[in-house]
Amino acid sequence: MTTRTMGEPIARREDPRLVAGDGRYLDDLGQGALAAAFVRSPHAAARVVDVDVSRALEVDGLVAIYTYEDLEGPVAEPLPLLIPHPRLHAPRTGYPLANGVVRHVGEPVAMVVARDRYLAEDACERIAVTYEPLAPVVGLDAAVAAERTVHDDVPDNVSARMVQEHGDARAAVAAAPHRLELDLAIERSASMPMEGRGVYARWDAADRSLRVYSSTQTSTSVRFALAVKLGVPVDRVEVVAPDVGGGFGVKIVHPWPEEVLVPWAAIRLGREVKWAEDRREHFVAAAHERGQRHHVSVGFDDDGRLLGLDVDFVHDNGAYTPYGIIVPIITATQLLGPYKPGAYRVEFRSLYTNTVIVTPYRGAGRPQAAFAMERTMDAIAAYLGRDRAEVRAANFIQPDEMPYDHHLTFQDGRPLVYDSGDYPATLDKVKKLVGWDEFPALRSEARAAGRRVGIGLACYVEGTGVGPYEGAHVRVETNGTVVVATGLTTQGQGHETAFAQVAAETLGVPVERVTVVTGDTRRFKYAVGTFASRAAVMSGNAVALAAGKVRVKALRIAAEALEADPGDLELAEGTVRVRGAPEREIALETVAVLANPLRYAFDEQTRLATQFVVGRGVEAPPVDEDDEPGLEATDFYSPLRSTFANGMHAAVVETDPETAEVRILRYCVVHDCGTLINPRIVEGQIHGGVAQGVGGALYERMVYDENGQLLNASFMDFLMPYASEVPKVETDHLETPSPLNPLGIKGAGEAGTIAASAVLAAAISDAEGFFVDRMPISPSDLWALRERHARKEEG
Amino acid sequence: MSEPLHETRLVVNGVPHTVQVPARRLLADCLRQDLGLTGTHLGCEHGVCGACTVLVDGAPMRSCLLFAAGMDGAEITTVEGCRAPDGGLGPVQQAFRDCHGLQCGFCTPGFVTTVTAWLRDHPDPTEEQAREAIGGNLCRCTGYQNIVASVLRAAEINREQP
Repeated sequence: MTTRTMGEPIARREDPRLVAGDGRYLDDLGQGALAAAFVRSPHAAARVVDVDVSRALEVDGLVAIYTYEDLEGPVAEPLPLLIPHPRLHAPRTGYPLANGVVRHVGEPVAMVVARDRYLAEDACERIAVTYEPLAPVVGLDAAVAAERTVHDDVPDNVSARMVQEHGDARAAVAAAPHRLELDLAIERSASMPMEGRGVYARWDAADRSLRVYSSTQTSTSVRFALAVKLGVPVDRVEVVAPDVGGGFGVKIVHPWPEEVLVPWAAIRLGREVKWAEDRREHFVAAAHERGQRHHVSVGFDDDGRLLGLDVDFVHDNGAYTPYGIIVPIITATQLLGPYKPGAYRVEFRSLYTNTVIVTPYRGAGRPQAAFAMERTMDAIAAYLGRDRAEVRAANFIQPDEMPYDHHLTFQDGRPLVYDSGDYPATLDKVKKLVGWDEFPALRSEARAAGRRVGIGLACYVEGTGVGPYEGAHVRVETNGTVVVATGLTTQGQGHETAFAQVAAETLGVPVERVTVVTGDTRRFKYAVGTFASRAAVMSGNAVALAAGKVRVKALRIAAEALEADPGDLELAEGTVRVRGAPEREIALETVAVLANPLRYAFDEQTRLATQFVVGRGVEAPPVDEDDEPGLEATDFYSPLRSTFANGMHAAVVETDPETAEVRILRYCVVHDCGTLINPRIVEGQIHGGVAQGVGGALYERMVYDENGQLLNASFMDFLMPYASEVPKVETDHLETPSPLNPLGIKGAGEAGTIAASAVLAAAISDAEGFFVDRMPISPSDLWALRERHARKEEG
Repeated sequence: MSEPLHETRLVVNGVPHTVQVPARRLLADCLRQDLGLTGTHLGCEHGVCGACTVLVDGAPMRSCLLFAAGMDGAEITTVEGCRAPDGGLGPVQQAFRDCHGLQCGFCTPGFVTTVTAWLRDHPDPTEEQAREAIGGNLCRCTGYQNIVASVLRAAEINREQP
């Protein structure tokens, strides 16, 4: 009998508390804590001349006001550069509170702590900051022109420049029988989780220990960072990610200014302090992504095969670079998707602007990459008058060419080598799902009826599960409960369920017996974090490895107890049995008791394990030299390199001939993320990813004016899609297991988002008969494009 | 500079409470901080996202746009009050679980209250109506597809257990 849970669409373990209002998100904790609020810069670029707090002092309930002058030691130094890179030649990070200069609207200038948030905001309003405004750098044009600079000592506004090349791409383009040049742009958007950031800190002065709760994607790294910043020994710092209301990338950044200042103030004041970000703060003081402009030169043959591909792009990194240049590196390397150009060259410049910092948002540079590559494929097909799917297929890496080495360096500093994937099969599936071959007839019919419909196709390959490692601890309690802890966090991906399934499967216990703790450094201290679609790959495998060790130990102890050979034992339904002799069995909880030889008994179970009962005779120590007490184990999974998931999206849209409104009639996704732990969770990830992709393609953009003011910093004006805007997603899966990890998993978290702008631009182009080269596209953008193309045709 | 307090009587999830609140205290903050009912979440504090939706005398309202002091005498139902009488999951809560209608769960309380009220008047909705019913609430995780399914499933559960 087996306990099959891997691959089953079981209901989530976390849901009963979340649907009932019993979730514990950051702001639900610390109800008695003091509240922090921040005075933030209203200017995109300015010198801070004076901060006058005198009028704030009379606010009832005020506890403290801090400005940069109050900071000392490491807290007064710039925030860390989290991911240094040799090509990031001019990295700059901000201070927790502005040190004489502000470089974007929203940068914190002063911190107020008061009895509650209302009073803290009252005090903020009464703090008078005198600024000397400077002319800001807003947008990529201004950054490139460099008539003004964001940082005095970075005269060209360029923080980083990188070139990667395999073969002589420029020569290959020049020598190709056909050539095209394209300019392709994507605007800024943002992760925009429903819960903003938040930090809650408790300092125990007697114990000299700090506990910090943070709405973060990486509690372990926040712990190390805070220990350094605050000068508290690491073993006196605990960081817990409670229930987190979405992340989508933005919460991987750390330590935020607020994340340093809240615990810093809690230590100074000897009081609990909490800060929960409001929505406007999230718009102007968290992070954005996506803003990039690409120039593509491509040379190809009569079949559309890429002979040379030369891409040059500029990336807007905002005011600071705490997260390095991960996003443009991902664009540069993931742009190739499932294709194998004869030669490839990519160059990017990352530029400072007086806007919010730019750090990974779900997809992390890949939506831009897929847009650049897939629009290029469409342009080649149009130029040659060939089917768009056919041109793509002509460029596919074939299954028998795996592993495929692109001879580039990926975001983790390791070779960009695809491990597996079957792109022709994926294409077949998506063509069937959407009805690709039947569409031209439908389009003609619709046109005859005065309707404009179009179809698009877009492919991507996503490097998932980057290292360096994740770990897990698995313990069987004496009541039979299996407790799994991993340091990696969860923000809605259902890790409590998926990791329980992995542990249950490996150990042969019912999944109901497994509980999972994530993102709590009290329970597991070594972890990297949840990003890059890595959780299932990394912690999934770590849990399997640790549970596997526990299984081996359980069988060894059971073999001794049953006087059988471990090889003759099976472990299922929480019981170890001798194969062929089912009456010889021992429950896993009893094995757990035997695994911990005791001096003291405190219940019926432990009475079975005291020194007068168990043991292997007086000639052997109760615990072997190479053994440890307890039925538990820790293990780590560290991959040689990333594993590469892939997928293809196809969409059918209708555009209104008069209003230029875009309606998505069909949205199809075929996806290959290797072995599925829980298909229902994967499906949910795809749905949510597509919704964010659709938002980025048709509705969401960060609108900065020339002064660097974010004009749409609210949910009234930043148009996140409601149910009325998101199409029903039709999905199909392939399962090409990754050969790189024991479970064969590839990541799934970002897949839905990556191809959306590319596929919708393609479908709109197909409906309209002209080429869409920048996204997002609103009805008024489309209307303006129609006007321009109509004038072009007339004149 | 201390604020005058207003005595306000609220019946929340069937339990009467009397609170002393400043005039500007939002109903959402009163529920969360004064009554400890933290299931009601604040996603935008400007009435757009719907995460803070509670039922006021049976009608869904945004508790981030209401002052607690203005609610004197009101009957309020929060997500905590949408449970089954035996304390288990209520029909809408169960449906969200059955259909994977949530991921991070932060917006879910607002959907649960909204759908609970809506189903009273629409016991047998079509898929299109179900989508319309949740059209005023934002979710960043699910893409709404499974929330629409949850609404239909909740209607089914309601019909099974009249």
